Amino acid sequence: MSTPAAVRQWETHFRLYRTIWKSNVMASVVQPFLYLLGMGVGVGALVDHGNQAASKLGGLTYLQFLGPALIATTAMMVTTSESMWPVLGGFKWQSGYHAAAATPLSPGDVVAGVFLWHATKALIAGSAVAATLALFPDTRSAGLPLAVVFGALTGLAFSSIITAWTATREQDFSFPNINRFVVTPLFLFGGAFYPIDQLPSWLQWVAKATPLWHGVELTRGAANGRLELQSTLIHVGYLLVFVAVGWTLARRTFRTRLGA
Amino acid sequence: MPEPLISAQHLVKRFGSFTAVDGIDVDVRPGESFGFLGPNGAGKSSTMRMIGCVSPVTEGRLRIFGMDPATQGKQIRARIGVVPQADQLDEQLTVRDNLELYGRYFDLPRAECRRRAAELLEFVQLTDRADSKIEPLSGGMKRRVTIARSLINDPQLLLLDEPTTGLDPQARHVLWDRLYRLKQRGVTLVLTTHYMDEAEQLCDRLVVMDGGRIVAEGSPRSLIEQHSTREVLELRYPAGTNVERAPDVAGIGDRSEVLPDRVLVYADDGEAALAQVHARGSRPESALVRRSSLEDVFLRLTGRSLIE
Repeated sequence: MSTPAAVRQWETHFRLYRTIWKSNVMASVVQPFLYLLGMGVGVGALVDHGNQAASKLGGLTYLQFLGPALIATTAMMVTTSESMWPVLGGFKWQSGYHAAAATPLSPGDVVAGVFLWHATKALIAGSAVAATLALFPDTRSAGLPLAVVFGALTGLAFSSIITAWTATREQDFSFPNINRFVVTPLFLFGGAFYPIDQLPSWLQWVAKATPLWHGVELTRGAANGRLELQSTLIHVGYLLVFVAVGWTLARRTFRTRLGA
Repeated sequence: MPEPLISAQHLVKRFGSFTAVDGIDVDVRPGESFGFLGPNGAGKSSTMRMIGCVSPVTEGRLRIFGMDPATQGKQIRARIGVVPQADQLDEQLTVRDNLELYGRYFDLPRAECRRRAAELLEFVQLTDRADSKIEPLSGGMKRRVTIARSLINDPQLLLLDEPTTGLDPQARHVLWDRLYRLKQRGVTLVLTTHYMDEAEQLCDRLVVMDGGRIVAEGSPRSLIEQHSTREVLELRYPAGTNVERAPDVAGIGDRSEVLPDRVLVYADDGEAALAQVHARGSRPESALVRRSSLEDVFLRLTGRSLIE
């Protein structure tokens, strides 16, 4: 009984992760936990007693509003960093992708294995956040597992595009810029901390064009039991377009890099 | 005569306007040890990558096990082992994990990967390091792990790109011994090297490459017989005076080469040639008679040293 090629490539990532998972999961828990306490509880106390708070947040408490969004932001952060240094390392430093390309695995199989791993990593990180949310009565909900799945989709929307780009890089100089100019601004302006209708309208459009806002809407909706069919399909479809484009580009850039 | 395992006719590899491999013809028979000898940039690695079915052929015809890499690359790769120039090991994983996970790339069941990994670690004498991570191992040990890993799919053909470059002499001899055992088991070895002693140790037959072309082909012995004399007299004169000393050796032996650091006299009897040099009143600082090597063949064919 043969195992799909992508899964066999994924096994290497997973084995590697088993040597470092403790510190890794801790990082995925601690950071969101600090945001939950600092922002959710602290700012929440302020917001929840303010004027029109309930209507601005659609009837949610601030903790209910912010908490599930952290599943999407964490997934984004975890997968973007996973799609930069480790991917370049697969070509350049330890060259694991070149080693794999010498076997029956094709460059496309390697891409599929890498994306499967990114999805796994986002699921692990998202689950850690969800477990933290389950500790608070406000955010404990049966919709959390679905929110974790939406988080993984959000992560993959970022990592697929960035992975395709990383495969064209020779150096890691530009990686910190992805964090500076993509991840951090989206974290702040992607609708996790406040509804984006608080922003000037041009910035709202920017936020809506990027995957994070769609992911935040999905995780928030799932965890609070407020998903509507039509908007859910639109958000999911939008994220899937990113994944599909990234996947297509990555197959091309990996084939060029591994088979010159 | 058995069907060749590798058969290349007018094989060409171009990168943009640069021609790395410029129309070579090669046949490698089953069980043979075959070498590509040449300096850096001769086109050896590009040839190996085409044979390994990771780099598409630009022009010409290439068949491995009778199959075409363009359409059956996957089936071919399933039957070959590759030892790349850089080890490409996962440094954070154990020696055993590196082997077992690589076996999974060939779709071997996990239990079979475990069995083969244990057997191969025995073969490369690293059983006691099985649970060590790669990172603390010496260069020679990492090389042995890479060789063991390349054998996980029990390949009929093993491709080795510069297998001992950068290793100390003792580590090189350990590797040569293991490769020789593989050859005895009937594995076909194809290697690239810029060390003539390595080619002489391991290869039944080799081609000398220079500038993407094959400039000579044969067994190490026959190449030396064809292109060099039995012995070589190496003379060293005070630094910077080798060129002006050229007339001292003119006409002695079959021919001579004046290099920046020494003068070589090719003769079947080196001692007799040295006596002639002395008879002319020439007094080199040192004189050494040695057997001809592939280095001399390369110098003869290209006018350049292998390692510059």
